[in-house]
Amino acid sequence: METVELKIFRYDPDKDEKPYFKSYEVEIRRPGMLLLAALNQIKWEIDPTLSFRRSCREGVCGSDGLNVNGVNLLSCLTKISCLNSKRIVIQPLPGMPVIKDLVVDLEDFFAKFITVKPYLIRRSSTPDKEFIQTPEQRKHLDGLYECILCGCCSSSCPSYWYDKQYLGPNALLRAYRYLADSRDEGALERLPILNDRHGVWRCHTIYNCVKACPKELNPTKAIVGIRKMLLN
Amino acid sequence: MSIKIEQHVYDVLILGAGGAGLNAAQVASQYAKTAVISEVYPTRSHTISAQGGISAALGNYEEDHWHWHMYDTVKGGDYLGDQDACEYITKNAPQMIIELEHIGMPFNRTPQGKIAQRPFGGHTSNYGKQPVKRACYVADRTGHALLQTLFEKSVSQGTQFFSEFYALEIVVNPDGEVCGVFCLDIKNGSLHLFHTKSLVLATGGNCRIFATTSNAHINTGDGVAMAMRAGFSWSDPEFFQFHPTGIYGHGNLITEAVRGEGGYLINGEGTRFMETYAPTIKDLAPRDIVSRCIGKEIVEGRGVGPNKDYVLLRIDHIGADEIMEKLPGIHELALIFSGVDCTKEPIPVVPTAHYQNGGIPTNYCGDVIKGSNGKYDVVPGLYAVGECAASVHGANRLGTNSLLDLVVFGRTAGERAAKYAQTSALAKLPDEAGKAGLEKLNRYANANGNVRFNDIYQKLIDTMQLNMSVFRTEELMKKALTDVERFEEMLKDYKVDDRSTVYNLDLIEALELDNMILVAKTATVAALARKESRGGHFRDDYPDRDDKEYLKHSEASLAPDGSISVDYRPVRLKPLTVDTFPPKARVY
Repeated sequence: METVELKIFRYDPDKDEKPYFKSYEVEIRRPGMLLLAALNQIKWEIDPTLSFRRSCREGVCGSDGLNVNGVNLLSCLTKISCLNSKRIVIQPLPGMPVIKDLVVDLEDFFAKFITVKPYLIRRSSTPDKEFIQTPEQRKHLDGLYECILCGCCSSSCPSYWYDKQYLGPNALLRAYRYLADSRDEGALERLPILNDRHGVWRCHTIYNCVKACPKELNPTKAIVGIRKMLLN
Repeated sequence: MSIKIEQHVYDVLILGAGGAGLNAAQVASQYAKTAVISEVYPTRSHTISAQGGISAALGNYEEDHWHWHMYDTVKGGDYLGDQDACEYITKNAPQMIIELEHIGMPFNRTPQGKIAQRPFGGHTSNYGKQPVKRACYVADRTGHALLQTLFEKSVSQGTQFFSEFYALEIVVNPDGEVCGVFCLDIKNGSLHLFHTKSLVLATGGNCRIFATTSNAHINTGDGVAMAMRAGFSWSDPEFFQFHPTGIYGHGNLITEAVRGEGGYLINGEGTRFMETYAPTIKDLAPRDIVSRCIGKEIVEGRGVGPNKDYVLLRIDHIGADEIMEKLPGIHELALIFSGVDCTKEPIPVVPTAHYQNGGIPTNYCGDVIKGSNGKYDVVPGLYAVGECAASVHGANRLGTNSLLDLVVFGRTAGERAAKYAQTSALAKLPDEAGKAGLEKLNRYANANGNVRFNDIYQKLIDTMQLNMSVFRTEELMKKALTDVERFEEMLKDYKVDDRSTVYNLDLIEALELDNMILVAKTATVAALARKESRGGHFRDDYPDRDDKEYLKHSEASLAPDGSISVDYRPVRLKPLTVDTFPPKARVY
């Protein structure tokens, strides 16, 4: 049976002084086999001590963001054949503290998400029925609301690595999702948080976030959208 | 060596951070000190995978009434749903949808700017006359939008989250009062005892026990297993929902919204077979029925492919633009998992284990009930909502009623839990609080036998798939039970290789497997005891529904010796204000 080598970042703070790489030979058991299936194969058949996150296994829960051959992606949506590589190097998402093996600490990531007030803010009264929002107004949210909070974007961003206080593309994308919503009246509360050197102005339009997003969203465009709102 | 256990005190504690837990949380947080415990970060709960929609008789396109919705829910559940709960959920549905919209859920819109609606399986107008547009939706990412909106709302209400905490024990004191939960912090191995006035169970489902499933890795039935160990029963455990359209070879869900938007199933002869089985609503018949029809087509040799073991779901005829507008997620899933571009070709599908119709028994307000010999009383301060709870879905849940269940009962339980906390004192924690959970944790953390996770897990899901899925018989189910009991024995010789205190996934999977085995055993025992066919429980040896004997809930309990006993409880046939829908033949 065809095999592929997975070279995986390992680190258990209980016993390892420093991280190391360990290689595993994984069988390709079906055409189009996904990378998550290879990780499960290692976990269940070769080395049960490997830790990684996963849940929905279909690209919506955002648990299994990983750095694979230098690129951030979701293991459950990535076909091994598409990596075009006999030796696949798997590391935790960069720029985030490692807890164990491929598991990173997300507390700061989620704290930044919450900082931008990611919820509808209203000043005027709400109607008895639904808010009227035209299909055109609703279309402004497409490409914004689909984020799965996997962290692939922020952890691919050099500005995010460098500036520990930078909100990052993920939080800014979410901020714009609410700013762009015709029902929201929170711009005056939200914009000052974003108008900061650790906010939208820290982005240097490197576009790594756009490349990294497994849902093909464009955080850079959202950041530019926020900047336009600030300048107006 | 003394073990350090950190103590926490809350008014309201919520176990589980899916849609039900989060709606309970955002409501309870407005009145009481509230915390949520979740095995995963809230936005990674399985609600995120819900695709097609959430129903309410808004009538944004055509005439609709909650009473029609209630009729569909009762009939869809094959008359095993409690009709007071069916009235409650459908009557409250429109207000709940408006509430979700008001807190920011990005629903698709009608040309007039109202919430868009689409048809869905089993939802009809005029008591079964024709399909009706009742499912409100956010493209095919309705659960995703709902979960994130509720997470964001609960954040804004100040809910405290304990993410990646794995619950080991529901603490009940000698007076029978529920007073807390004992947990492991997965990230660092620390132990935590939460003392609380009210406890809301929102732990989701358990279909990981089947080989072909739409469910996430986390759906291992931890909640019902823990509740059973704490002395509560599991209502109707034999009723699983097999969704008709799982991706062939993978089990991932292809939403019913595909058929709601005009898609249909075809067999190996190219025939649209649902026209024969359900002439009125065809491919939009309820899920249990469509799954059996697919099974029948395959068994009778009309499947597709070299082994004739799947059927095809066609949607290309509605056009690529329509697909990319309303079903973009499906397009992505079909492409990745079956290599099919559904704007051009049909998707290979088979039934996939999708949902637990039963759960921890509740009244129509989400209060957990407990009892025996048909007499059940409310357990003060304990609530169960969402997939881990039972009342409304009976023997088969209708599509889109799941998300509705989460928000309606989540809200009600959140309010009631907060109110209870405001008027009650903390129940006394028993000296042995956490002892059972700690014993279980230590047993697996130090397990040094010969059997590993996969030695049992693969066999478990295979036997459940083969013997306890769409078609069941006495013989098959007995085989499943014998297997599961053997696996239970194998747990005694278990081995956990990873000794780390930090993010030990090997240990978590062991604890989950232990629960899955209890879940599989309980479901199989109850299925063997029910000698009839109803909803998701279909027996070739008893193919008819038997209302004389079995118009009643199974209530399975765990005895101290590890055996499962099954009691029965009457179905609450009397709704709150309207007349009963008496059981009749279920044709569509």
